[in-house]
Amino acid sequence: MRVEHELHYRRRGRNFGVLFVLLAFIAIVFGVTMVKVETGGLSEGFDHVLRPALIPTDEVSE
Amino acid sequence: MADAAIHIALTARPDDPGLRDYWRLLKPRLMSLSIFTAVVGLLVAPGEMHPFLAATSILWIAVGAGASGALNMWFDADIDRVMKRTRSRPIPAGRVAPGDALALGLFLSVVSVTMLGLTANWVAAAWLGFTIFFYAVIYSMWLKRTTSWNTAIGGLAGAFPPMIGWAAATGGTPLEAWLLVALIFMWTPPHFWALALFVKLDYHNARIPMLTVTHGRTETRRQTWLWALGLAAVSIFAATTAVGGPLALAVVIGLNAVFLHLAWDIHRRTDIDSEADGHRAEKALFKWSLFYLFVHFSVFVVEAALPFGGW
Repeated sequence: MRVEHELHYRRRGRNFGVLFVLLAFIAIVFGVTMVKVETGGLSEGFDHVLRPALIPTDEVSE
Repeated sequence: MADAAIHIALTARPDDPGLRDYWRLLKPRLMSLSIFTAVVGLLVAPGEMHPFLAATSILWIAVGAGASGALNMWFDADIDRVMKRTRSRPIPAGRVAPGDALALGLFLSVVSVTMLGLTANWVAAAWLGFTIFFYAVIYSMWLKRTTSWNTAIGGLAGAFPPMIGWAAATGGTPLEAWLLVALIFMWTPPHFWALALFVKLDYHNARIPMLTVTHGRTETRRQTWLWALGLAAVSIFAATTAVGGPLALAVVIGLNAVFLHLAWDIHRRTDIDSEADGHRAEKALFKWSLFYLFVHFSVFVVEAALPFGGW
């Protein structure tokens, strides 16, 4: 039988609290991402257009 | 030998800090004021914001306020040990190590500013970062211990949240947002000095240069009256701008009339009069100042919400 150390009992409340905070943080980041995607707020101009600076020069000249 | 050392390390602190201790480091009462004023700033600002993003932005502003509270508690632990009111705070009571409070404050500062930038915009995030820096470094580390104007300077740090809320909604900080800042800035000294005049605060034990100690209680009474006059001017001017309206102006005139009456009472009294009636006027101004701020900010929200509100 594995006996749990007294420390684990003592810190149980705090550890569950940290778990709750981390889960809440994940939920918030997910929610913000969804809202930004739905409302288009996440799209920066350069994310979704072809940047001429990235096109090789020979392709441009053709 | 090593096992014994580990065992001692695990059991040497029977009262490990709980979540409540870390929560207290964030100064929840100051956080609630920041949340209220930031919500008002966000609601009265022109423009639309998605409700989820608005709520999340307020959360990060609150976390930022909590971070500055933790940094303040870390730096002020020596003062807190001396004063009765603050002796039971987590660091002086020995429940949280100073280094842990510093780490928590710095971590939450970075998280709150970054997340506000990603959630709302970087103007609001920059102002939140500045507010944390102002409260933790300019106020707590520098001016609180060196000038009797520390109440006013500390008040300025607490005055920024409505402007951050406004910036979160619009990306800008126009005159109206600054007037909300000015309102809390002017409100803080008379609110706090009224308290200092009827509660025996032991700041002198902690060598904090409060106005009641450096300039005396008579001067504090005079300053309370002068700041109340300044507050009335800012408040009435704010009610005539885009955040106000006829209803706000009427309410604000009433609020200031009572505030000025009570501040004048305090100004013309002496400590003997005050002791004789159990600090009636000082307690009345302190209570009224709480009601004043709540109603003042609320009426701006009502003006913004009413279909016929505003000028």
